[in-house]
Amino acid sequence: MLVNYTDIWTAFLQTLTMVGLSLLFSTLIGLPLGILLVVTRKGALLEQVPLFNVLSSVVNVFRSVPFIILLVAIIPLTRLLVGSSIGTKAAIVPLVFYAAPYIARLIESSLLEVSTGVLEAAEAMGATPLQTIFRFLLPEALSSLVLNLTIATIGLIGASAMAGAIGGGGLGDLAITYGYQRFDTTVMIITVGILVILVQGLQTTGNLLARKIRRH
Amino acid sequence: MITFKNVKKIYQTNEQSIAALDGVDLEIRKGEIFGVIGFSGAGKSSLLRCVNLLERPTSGSVTVDGQELTTLSAKQLREAKQNIGMIFQHFNLLDSNTVFANVAKPLVLKGIKKEEVHRRVTELLAFVDLADKADHYPDQLSGGQKQRVGIARALATQPSVLLCDEATSALDPQTTQHILRLLKQINAEYGITILLITHEMGVIREICDRVAVIEAGKLIESGTVFDVFSNPQTATAKNFVRSVMQDEIPASVQRLIEQRDAGHHVYKINFLGAHTGQPLLSQVAKRFDVDVNILHGSITELQNIPFGSLLVELIGETAEIARALQYIDQSDVNVEEVLADAS
Repeated sequence: MLVNYTDIWTAFLQTLTMVGLSLLFSTLIGLPLGILLVVTRKGALLEQVPLFNVLSSVVNVFRSVPFIILLVAIIPLTRLLVGSSIGTKAAIVPLVFYAAPYIARLIESSLLEVSTGVLEAAEAMGATPLQTIFRFLLPEALSSLVLNLTIATIGLIGASAMAGAIGGGGLGDLAITYGYQRFDTTVMIITVGILVILVQGLQTTGNLLARKIRRH
Repeated sequence: MITFKNVKKIYQTNEQSIAALDGVDLEIRKGEIFGVIGFSGAGKSSLLRCVNLLERPTSGSVTVDGQELTTLSAKQLREAKQNIGMIFQHFNLLDSNTVFANVAKPLVLKGIKKEEVHRRVTELLAFVDLADKADHYPDQLSGGQKQRVGIARALATQPSVLLCDEATSALDPQTTQHILRLLKQINAEYGITILLITHEMGVIREICDRVAVIEAGKLIESGTVFDVFSNPQTATAKNFVRSVMQDEIPASVQRLIEQRDAGHHVYKINFLGAHTGQPLLSQVAKRFDVDVNILHGSITELQNIPFGSLLVELIGETAEIARALQYIDQSDVNVEEVLADAS
């Protein structure tokens, strides 16, 4: 069977668009959320236990809905935001709802790794809460943040394959419709191969970047 | 400079309340090096952290440089903290920042101009002898170098008080000496008041002017280092003093003491202060018909005053020995016979 490389190229670009944009938006939501989860907990910089409990519960609720259900459940919201419930753009909305709480948790765990000693030094120096976050907490956690965002990105690639279910397109969709439903093994192998290379490349880049930041 | 008035720090855990500080009164004078010693869990860490309110006292007042800290607003407190430098047992440097950026941090937080920051940090790094390490990262430094970075950072805002939280406990003995010498130099050159906490009596002996012993949240003994070392009152203080002053009687001397019946008389002569310089023993040997046999001894210096004890055997007629002892007593050096049961 003849392989249509234009289809593969289009699907590749769709995957990049979905993953790239949803990563951007979910980081924009997840980063502040992750910071809040760290600084509002008991005994922390800006202790606000009720707020922490609310945020933490909201994150848990979204984290517990399977993506394929989330995809369908928020269709009305998707339509409201991008004007349509199908297509690549429409897939980005559920992807953000899926990834933002996940990224918040990853960022939370990165920030919690920062030694309490460094935070004590910040307090002893008379740093304001904002200075503590931006000049102590985030720089000290940066290397770990990069690694965790790499994990999130790879998770998004996996989730974007399911977005094909609402006509999002992308490599995963191509592999399912051509490879699985039409028994086109060649297209299946090529798309999976591209996904493998993409994931490998991302992980390697993430590792290198994290190591460079960590200076070792 | 730093005053504690009936400071209590109580931790509530479920149904138990633990007093980390149980009514501490303390006065630290301007320009002195004051040491607080205690075992772990005695409350010394809470005491130190109450000075810059890293821990807030449950009750009582803490004043630094005439300012009552517990009543300040958050903003005023941040400003007051710039007058109080602090160094830590584990240095607490930012691993993601260079040595230069670490030292610059308190100045950057204050919003000082870049050129001024550069000038000040260069000066500080030269002072702690790390000018060539400005672009290094903390993980490329040894423990002693890291602590010197910590010291430079603590001095950046030109504080009048420096708090040292077990600053040498993670360092080897030689590096400890270097850091202590540096602290002494800071105290002498800049007149900075230093409050340090430690569990090592050697640190107290090395640099402190005055010392307080803390136990179960209470200061059980305090005074000049010389007084506490030469005449410790409490069992805990005696233990700490013994940890650095060798006053154990060696086995060979112990055997001699046990032969008192055979005519061996061993005496312990305690030198407290200026007397160490006097040729006391040679005078004894000249004036009386006794031989002086020095068995064991350790003389050290505390705050430039010689201090220590000698174990000697006096050999001669009983009457002559008695006269010799009377002579020694008159020169107000403390002397006592060491008996077999006193080990």
